[in-house]
Formats: sequence, structure tokens, C-alpha cells
Amino acid sequence: MTACLEMNAVTKAFTLHNQGGVTISVMSNANLRVGPGECVALVGPSGAGKSTVMRMAYGNYLADDGEIWVGDVCLNRASPREILMLRRQTLGYVSQFLRVVPRVATTDVVAEPLLALGVEPRQAHARATELLRMLNIPERLWPLSPMTFSGGEQQRVNIARGFIHAYPVLLLDEPTASLDAENRAVVLSLIEQARDRGAAILGIFHDEAARQQVCTGEIDVSEFL
Amino acid sequence: MNPILEVSGITRRYGDRIGCADISFDLYPGEVMGIVGESGSGKSTLLNCLAGELIPDAGRILFDSRAEGVCDLLDLSEMQRRVLSRIELAFVHQNPRDGLRMGVSAGGNVGERLMGVGQRHYGNIREQALSWLERVEIPADRIDDRPSQFSGGMQQRLQIARNLVTSPRLVFMDEPTGGLDVSVQARLLDLLRGLVREMGLSAIVVTHDLAVVRLLADRILVMKSGQVVESGLTDQVLDDPHHPYTQLLVASVLQA
Ligand SMILES: Nc1ncnc2c1ncn2[C@@H]1O[C@H](COP(=O)(O)OP(=O)(O)OP(=O)(O)O)[C@@H](O)[C@H]1O
Ligand SMILES: Nc1ncnc2c1ncn2[C@@H]1O[C@H](COP(=O)(O)OP(=O)(O)OP(=O)(O)O)[C@@H](O)[C@H]1O
Ligand SMILES: [Mg+2]
Ligand SMILES: [Mg+2]
Repeated sequence: MTACLEMNAVTKAFTLHNQGGVTISVMSNANLRVGPGECVALVGPSGAGKSTVMRMAYGNYLADDGEIWVGDVCLNRASPREILMLRRQTLGYVSQFLRVVPRVATTDVVAEPLLALGVEPRQAHARATELLRMLNIPERLWPLSPMTFSGGEQQRVNIARGFIHAYPVLLLDEPTASLDAENRAVVLSLIEQARDRGAAILGIFHDEAARQQVCTGEIDVSEFL
Repeated sequence: MNPILEVSGITRRYGDRIGCADISFDLYPGEVMGIVGESGSGKSTLLNCLAGELIPDAGRILFDSRAEGVCDLLDLSEMQRRVLSRIELAFVHQNPRDGLRMGVSAGGNVGERLMGVGQRHYGNIREQALSWLERVEIPADRIDDRPSQFSGGMQQRLQIARNLVTSPRLVFMDEPTGGLDVSVQARLLDLLRGLVREMGLSAIVVTHDLAVVRLLADRILVMKSGQVVESGLTDQVLDDPHHPYTQLLVASVLQA
């Protein structure tokens, strides 16, 4: 299955009611389209709104106006239930930081997206361990909760989780930020494989060389203002 | 898919004071909804109205019942209502004392519910009670102990077993992790998440703890002074709150 990600004339401002009602306008005209097999990088200075675009595309932030489409679902009009279903089946997101339920083992954290889709537990766990091995997470850590892992280990767990299902649309927020050269190469090859199987990928990469290697296009978010 | 619960215009006053006012929402099968808000905002009042523990002054609560089809919970006779609450609805109270029979053994607390839905075979009942105690991590050799001999966390887990043993479709919970220390809370949350997913339950959970709703609820209602001021997908409301009150609520905790 393939799908597109599209934003049309999206506006977004934050009103801070408890700080004097100040309004921060982040973007007044955001437009983008990422098709199957494309990997588009969001670029622009810090604070320009790259993460905000990403979060709106995930339904985590609300757009004030305009339309955001993921496949045939319009996020601005979708109910919580429809967004959750979209996230299960279609829309993957590797956030910058791992957020997990306490006490859950790393293999279960990684397998969860497949279990939620109804995949056999044994098969889901086999795929989870395959990814953990590929990403060089030592086997002795697999039964432990990732809460106490190092930053780079947590990031790799997050990546394993984000790549365990073949999401048609993938959002990646700095997927290689705290990784060494070897693991960075693994992640970049996962991204290339996803792109080549037809995923529509939107990413933030501060690493210029990574962008060169995997991206098919670039969008400067400061032009959305 | 049809909603399992369609709530419209639920209002409950206490004399001049408003408990909750004009609350409407739909809940779908398998959905978990959280209700958050400060103390006195009307969370328990609303939940008690939905669960039949309080009678609202106005409103409608349509429930898609397995046995009867869609019916208005407020129009049922006392008798019909009791049957329904025994089989299809469950209520997990904040204080386990309100949801358990303290003078009856742990096994009896669970088994009693099975007898309530017509099971008579002692061996089967005891076997199911044992299996549920195991699911909620209560050692099998405590089956004949009374809840008063249990810790707070164990009592809460027993209350959950007692409520879920009959496979209800909709569960109401009022501060299910309140009054427990943090490590016990985490275990209980884990358990609840697992059960909700496995059994495909719909649930409405009242809590003032934003970390709890983030883990447990698909969507939330934010209440203030008896009214819903904001609602939506849980992570969206917590990460991009729009109403001044929600912003204050989110800003008041260190990190949820
Ligand atoms: N939840 C929020 N509430 C209020 N303001 C926010 C919120 N999220 C983002 N902002 C503001 O929106 C603007 C854009 O932030 P964003 O995080 O999207 O930038 P960015 O381009 O990702 O920057 P960086 O490269 O530093 O990560 C900033 O001014 C930020 O303070
Ligand atoms: N039996 C009662 N008689 C009179 N007023 C009541 C009664 N029960 C609740 N109230 C009032 O109704 C309002 C809502 O109370 P409710 O118990 O629903 O709040 P809550 O959100 O559950 O608070 P908490 O988080 O402290 O449990 C409060 O102002 C409360 O004082
Ligand atoms: Mg950012
Ligand atoms: Mg209350």
C-alpha cells in the first residue's frame, strides 16, 4: 500500500493564555506534498517550525486553518479514533525522544506496533529482535525496560519501533542525531529501504551528509511564514 | 461501527451548585476516554451519572447493550438496570472498600460475580477465580484471605478482577490508581492497559493525573466548574492545549 502526505495552506499559531495571551505565529502558509518513494527533508533555522510541521502531520498539534491529508484521511476533520487507526496502519513517527510505559521490556516496546495490528506475538517478537540485532542493541538489554538506556540506545529502540511496520507514510525527527558512524549507516539504509519500497517520508536531518544520501528533495520551512 | 455510548446533555445540580452541566460525547467500542480536571470540577459527578450511581437532572445516555440493543440507561426500570450493570457494565471505585465485600474471601469476591450471572458449578467458579487472581498478580495461596488482609495495591487489583471476571463491555473507573504509591501505580496501569487491549473493553477513566491519562486514554475531556472546556485526542490536547485552563493544567505538572 502507498499513500501521500499533503499540506495545503496550513496556518499555525500558539496563544499562550497564561503568559499575557501572547500569540506566536509559526506559519501562515505551509504547503507540501510527499509522494510514494520520496524522502523530503524539512530545513530551516532553529525555531522555524520544522518539528511543528511534523507534529501537525501526526495529528499531535492542531492546524488552525488549511488542510492536512495523509492518504485519504483529512487530519483536521478526523476524529481521535480515526487518527489512532491511521497511526496504527498508515502513519509512522520516529520522535526525537523515546516515550515508554514503565516496566515494559525493550522487545515488547519494539513489537507493540505489530501486536496492535493483530500480528502473531511470535512473529512480532521475531521481527523485533531482528531489528534490535541490526541496530546493535546488545541482547542482554532486550528483556529490560529502555527507560534507563543511554540516549543513543533509546534512539535506536525508537527507530526499531518506527520501522517494524511498513508504514506507507513515515515521519522522522532527527533519526541519526546521537548515533555513531556504524549505527548511523544502519539507520540510513533502513530509510533507503523504506523509500524504495514506496514509503512517503518526511524528515528532519541536521546531518547534511545524511540528507544528501537519502533525501529526494528539501523544503525550507522559513518560507511558510 | 456504532457508538457503545451516546451521551447528551447530562446535567446534575446539588441544590444551587452545579455538579456537571450539559455534557455530551460518543464513545466507541474499544475506546478509552479519560476525564481530567481539578478537584471539584465535576468528574466524579459525571461518572456517577453515567454509571447509574447518581440520577442526572437532565440528559440522555444511550447504551448499545449486547442483550437489549440500544437503550436509554435513564429509562430502564431498577430491575433491568441491575441486570445490565451485573453483566455489561462495571465500576472500579477509587476506594477498594467501596467496590469489594470486605468480609468475603478474595476468591468469594470474584466468584460472587460469576454466581450473579447464573453460574452454579463450584469447581468452575473457583477455577475462574483462580485464573483471574493470577492475571492480576495475586498469589493463588491468598485466595481464601479476606481483602482486609491485603495491601492497598492488592485490594485494587482484586477489585479489578471482581469487575472484569464477567467480561463487561464498558468499565467506569474513578481514580483507579489514586492513593497508591508510584511503583504500585505503574504496575496497575500496565495491568489495566493489557486487559483493556486483550478484552477489547471500552472504558471511561476519571483521574487528575495527566501521566495516567497519557498512558491509558485514547482521548480526553477536560472539565472545569462542571463543564467540558476542551476535548480531543489525548496527546494532542496535552501537547497543544488550546483552552487557558488546559494550558494551566499542563503547565502545572513537571512532565506528563
Ligand atoms: N506546544 C507549543 N506551545 C507553544 N509554542 C510552541 C509549541 N511548540 C512549538 N512552539 C513554538 O513554535 C516555534 C517553532 O518550534 P519548532 O519546535 O517547530 O522549531 P524547529 O524548527 O523544530 O526548531 P529546532 O531546529 O530548534 O528543533 C517556536 O517558537 C516554538 O517555541
Ligand atoms: N453530594 C453532594 N452534595 C453537594 N455538593 C456536591 C456533592 N457531591 C459533589 N458536590 C459538589 O459538586 C462539585 C463537583 O464535585 P465532584 O465530586 O464531581 O468533583 P471531582 O471533579 O470528582 O473532584 P475530585 O477530583 O476532588 O474528586 C463540587 O463543587 C462538589 O462540592
Ligand atoms: Mg525541532
Ligand atoms: Mg472525584
